[in-house]
Amino acid sequence: MTAKKTTPPATNPRRAAGKHWQLRLYVAGQTFRSRTALVNLKTICENHLPGEYSITVIDLLKQPQLAKGDQILAVPTVVRKLPKPVRILIGNLANTDCALVGLDLRADG
Amino acid sequence: MFKIIKNHVAKPATLAPLVAKSAPLASLVPKRASPARLLPKRASPARLLPKRASLAPLVPKRATLAPLVPKRASPARLLPKCPTGIQGLDEITGGGLPRGRPTLVCGGAGCGKTLLGAEFLVRGATQFGEPGVLMAFEETEPELKANVASLGFDLAGLVRRKKILVDYVHIEPGEMQESGDYDLEGLFVRLNHAIDSIGAKRVVLDTLEALFSGLRNEAILRAELRRLFRWLKDKGVTAVITAERGREQLTRHGLEEYVSDCVILLDHRVNDQIATRHLRVVKYRGAMHGTNEFPFLIGENGLSVLPITSLALNHQVSTERIATGIPRLDVMLGGQGFFRGSSILLTGTPGTGKTIIAANFAAAAARRGERVLFFSFEESPNQIIRNLHSIGLQLEPLVKRGRLRFHSARPSLYGLEMHLATMFKEIAEFQPHVVIVDPITSLMEAGTDSECKGMVTRLIDYLKGGQVTTLFTSLTQGGHALQQSEMAMSSLMDSWILLQDFEGNGERNRVLYVLKARGMAHSNQVREFLISNRGIDVVDAYIGPSGVLTGSARAAQEALEKASLLTGQQEADRRKRELERKRAAIERQISGLRSEYETEALELRRIDEQVGISTLLLNSERAASGRLRQADAKVAGALRHKTRLARTIA
Repeated sequence: MTAKKTTPPATNPRRAAGKHWQLRLYVAGQTFRSRTALVNLKTICENHLPGEYSITVIDLLKQPQLAKGDQILAVPTVVRKLPKPVRILIGNLANTDCALVGLDLRADG
Repeated sequence: MFKIIKNHVAKPATLAPLVAKSAPLASLVPKRASPARLLPKRASPARLLPKRASLAPLVPKRATLAPLVPKRASPARLLPKCPTGIQGLDEITGGGLPRGRPTLVCGGAGCGKTLLGAEFLVRGATQFGEPGVLMAFEETEPELKANVASLGFDLAGLVRRKKILVDYVHIEPGEMQESGDYDLEGLFVRLNHAIDSIGAKRVVLDTLEALFSGLRNEAILRAELRRLFRWLKDKGVTAVITAERGREQLTRHGLEEYVSDCVILLDHRVNDQIATRHLRVVKYRGAMHGTNEFPFLIGENGLSVLPITSLALNHQVSTERIATGIPRLDVMLGGQGFFRGSSILLTGTPGTGKTIIAANFAAAAARRGERVLFFSFEESPNQIIRNLHSIGLQLEPLVKRGRLRFHSARPSLYGLEMHLATMFKEIAEFQPHVVIVDPITSLMEAGTDSECKGMVTRLIDYLKGGQVTTLFTSLTQGGHALQQSEMAMSSLMDSWILLQDFEGNGERNRVLYVLKARGMAHSNQVREFLISNRGIDVVDAYIGPSGVLTGSARAAQEALEKASLLTGQQEADRRKRELERKRAAIERQISGLRSEYETEALELRRIDEQVGISTLLLNSERAASGRLRQADAKVAGALRHKTRLARTIA
């Protein structure tokens, strides 16, 4: 498991509700697509959730048993564990608009 | 259902003591169960040669029969197969699904796709030692466990023992948001992990098409599916993929495009309000397969496909004969009754006594200590027992001793296939020596003629394989065309007894005759049979210039014959007495004549004597007178004569 915790310096006034965003990124090996996904996810989070998020990257090739828990089919998949409800977003997040909808960041963005 | 096959195969062994008599025939027909024994014989013609040289049997026994039982081509040349263990399916596909390749099973809702997949795994784990992975997209693990438990599969136990792994893939349409490019590696990883964790050889993907509802990017999905099937092949697992039947193609999303090795189509049709499931092997690359639609059903022991052609015509035959329970009927059948393991048809119009004859046969077998299974489609067991009680046939003790078992069901209860499966199950459980089906015609209502014939064929094949003697009664309607209506079925039967009633003189009388009896000299006579409170009695019907006389007409004819016989007897007696009298008269005459003759003979003697005496007297008188006249010379001569005469008289 590669856990990376990034705490951005600036705070987003609109999201300062004290909520912590817990995100999981499932990938299968260090492919180009998975790296793109991680980069895209970080960018989105930095832009919308500075300092309020944590990303856990799970490589299914190393921990295949974890795929069952979050019902992973496709990779890359981002699972928003917190805040509830759980939301699932698949793809390399190249389409930012869709990604924002998927993470439920667009409603108030 | 496999259990039945198993039992079925095991059966000849249990019947062994009963078929001991069949030794001469059994040795002629090669035993199916032991090909190993036969092979060396065939492989070593050298051993056969001395036999031929000595000319003891002109042709070696094996050589004559070898072509009769064609051996399957050696498995090495064929595609490796993965037996499913599902009854009948392996026979259709010639050994099972293609090993190491994916098979598509498609069909509409309620066809039994999931069950087929589940049974494939369960049989694999329990019978073939091949663990399996069930990846379910529609049903959760507890649901699946409960569902297959109703078929007698202990999925939960197999999961506990790590023989089967169930992975439920939850797909909620619309729950997943897509953004950008992705692939299904997650699914591959999960599957791979599941396969590796238990060393699975079999994989079932139950309704893979659920993916189409969850993932919107069909281009990616299709590419990934293609990759999945390739991956499954490379993995070397035998996979079953189920899919919903599409409107114009086999599957809704055209999965058959990717799975091209073996495609099985399931179908659930309703015909005349009776639903029957059908299975068809649409495609089987690289192997021969049955192309027909085969009815199958989901019973208490799983799926059971019922191929008509499943059993080859090479069952063992017995020369043992078994009595019918009616001595005169035995006499009509070559004196000994039916062959063991033969199929018997008993046809007749209503009320001709089919059930009674069948029950007699059943009771006779049960009394010999055999097990009899009585399928009744018209009467309840108690009703049969009560009715036969009235003719003095006590079935209840036989039932209590476990020799006789009844199975009653209305024909309309379920479809033909279900009936057949139920019968198979009962037969496999009870292991009977004799099976009675009363009447088979009731079952015909549950299906079309051809279906019914197919069913009877399968039933007969199955029973003959176990050397079970089967008696079918068949109800024919109306008084004529008796033989036509049963043509389709009669060719399957070894013996056929026809019951008929004759109407005349204001009464109905029953007759029976043996229409055919394969392999035995049988009576060509029409016999009348009487049903009384003492049972069945078969008597000679009177056959005269006016046809067959039965009942009171026969009795009248018999009385007439008796009377004429009596008259003849009396006449003879009278003549005899007359002759006696005549003889006595003659005798009397003879004795009269004899006494007359004797009287006459006496008379003759008396006359003789009288003559002698009178002569003597005359002589003496003459002498006396001579003396008086002193005629000396004469006196002297007379004296001498007198002395001589006196001496003679003395």
